[in-house]
Amino acid sequence: MADIIKAKEPFRFHTRLHLTELTGLRAINLAQLASLTKDVPGACIYHHTHRFLQQHQYLSPEPPNDFAYWVTEILGEDELGEMLSSIDTIKYSTIRSLRDKIVETIESYLKGNPLAKMRFAREGEEFHFVKSVSFILPTDYTAGDLKEFAEILKKVTVDSIYFHIFESRLRLEKNNNDFSNWILTSVGNNALAEKISKLDPYTHTLEGLRSNLVDMVERQLRG
Amino acid sequence: MAKLEEYIPIVGQSIIDDLRLLAKRLEGKCVQHINSTAVGGGVAEILTRAVPLLREMGLNTEWDVIKGGEQFFEVTKKFHNALHGRTEEISQRDFDIFMATSEENIKGVDTHGDIVFIHDPQPIALIRKKAENKWIWRCHIDVSNPNQKVWKFLADFIVNYDSAVFSAPSFSQRLPIRQFLIPPSIDPLSDKNKELPHELIDSVLRKYEIKKDKPIITQISRFDRLKDPVGVIQAYLQVKKYIDCQLILAGGSASDDPEGIQVLEEVREKSKQDKDIHILLLPQNDIEVNALQRASDVVVQKSIREGFGLTVSEALWKAKPVVASNVGGIPLQIKHKYSGLLCHSIDGAAFAIKQLLNSPGYAKRLGENGRENIRNNFLLTRHLKEYMLLFFSLYHPEDVIQL
Repeated sequence: MADIIKAKEPFRFHTRLHLTELTGLRAINLAQLASLTKDVPGACIYHHTHRFLQQHQYLSPEPPNDFAYWVTEILGEDELGEMLSSIDTIKYSTIRSLRDKIVETIESYLKGNPLAKMRFAREGEEFHFVKSVSFILPTDYTAGDLKEFAEILKKVTVDSIYFHIFESRLRLEKNNNDFSNWILTSVGNNALAEKISKLDPYTHTLEGLRSNLVDMVERQLRG
Repeated sequence: MAKLEEYIPIVGQSIIDDLRLLAKRLEGKCVQHINSTAVGGGVAEILTRAVPLLREMGLNTEWDVIKGGEQFFEVTKKFHNALHGRTEEISQRDFDIFMATSEENIKGVDTHGDIVFIHDPQPIALIRKKAENKWIWRCHIDVSNPNQKVWKFLADFIVNYDSAVFSAPSFSQRLPIRQFLIPPSIDPLSDKNKELPHELIDSVLRKYEIKKDKPIITQISRFDRLKDPVGVIQAYLQVKKYIDCQLILAGGSASDDPEGIQVLEEVREKSKQDKDIHILLLPQNDIEVNALQRASDVVVQKSIREGFGLTVSEALWKAKPVVASNVGGIPLQIKHKYSGLLCHSIDGAAFAIKQLLNSPGYAKRLGENGRENIRNNFLLTRHLKEYMLLFFSLYHPEDVIQL
């Protein structure tokens, strides 16, 4: 077992709970979907690209985002659905850039497939834009070194892992996930920080992500 | 009544810890729920189970009920039907009766809570008493296609609330106040949903002379055209051509509902040639409903319209593969091919039922996914959490809130 390095600053685990706010805005076809996607608040884009992760955290592989699901299942546009579900969310560090990519994908598909404009959702199957309101709370868990960090990772809620990996990076625009940031700046372990940064969290279930993270840290501790 | 601790084996310790954490931060706030009845109906059922749990967590929670005579409740029943999109003759006299009772309640009900939580249209006019405190209007009704006369009348009150709450995205309207989505929930520890021993399930089947010798397809619903029981029989008959199976249609008594009696007669007429169709008029018996759902191979909910469709949550919680119409709150509970199968027609329902009966592995997987979806999103604990977050939102207008 390698010596355990005390972190310069302890890591305080937070959790994130959310409430869904309705906007009353709805789309019935692709043109409306693209146009409203340009204008709705960023909290809507965040909700529709991340809701599945938390609501269907037990499924693997993760189902697509709401845009892809609606385009495929309701409008029957499988090809566009595939394009939307394979947008590499981890590549985008801001909601704005993710939004632009979604709009660009829909608009360029419409240009190449003018008939797609003729597809309408049936009554009751419209795309309803909703927002995600996040409540961030500190938990009682604090890690002073990697050993404590691994132990706490095993017991915090998946909401806490979700917050530090997804929400903090994209919604609070921190560029990197909180775990990598702390391991890099406070523990000084560049290799482990980078390894966690390189993980594509969008292709894991939250429980799968937890065991991967624990495994990476414990391997490091074993040297 | 169940204690908070009893939910830990079902949802996990951390979920209960989160609830306690939130409740602690609301210490000192008084939340006052107001509705129109202390017993009977979905709202009273939810409050009966939620209020003691909120109090157990230390949240100062009160529950008051408005008063109203027969005429008032006749009018509010008409409002209810009209909001659901049914044709109703609503006269000025109806609005006058509503306002006369509302005025009495405005005088008589003390709305001292820091947060006043009004449920459904009956007590909506109490908003006229709004002072410095916060007010929420919780709509439990499907208002996706409301009668405009009634909706406009109510909207004059709604706009004065701080926030409104709806059960499905399709129910939301363009309003100048914040609107939140909080779906209803089921209580996993209630008689309708708790685990049952096999012997009890078998005894209920014996009581209704149902043998387990062929697959069971079930729809639990009152005998109402909007639940389309005749359509369920037609779908079953299509399935029956290929798979020997049986159908249970079970629902509450329809004695006070003339249309219900007519629907029940039609259902009996359609089923009289087939001894494998069991029409069960169940009195309010939650344990028996629970047992029938648990005994089923496929559960169907082929509604034409649906408020939320908690019978779908109940069936999914029992890990049953479900075939249900893509209406109301049902698509929130079922993601097609992930946690159940959605349909739009009798043919579609029949095809989906055949798929599930012929592919038990697939059916099992959908049922298990469905159960996890309910565990994560439609249990009472999630409902309590969202109510508390809603209370915080009244004091924080932003999208990301550091508590």
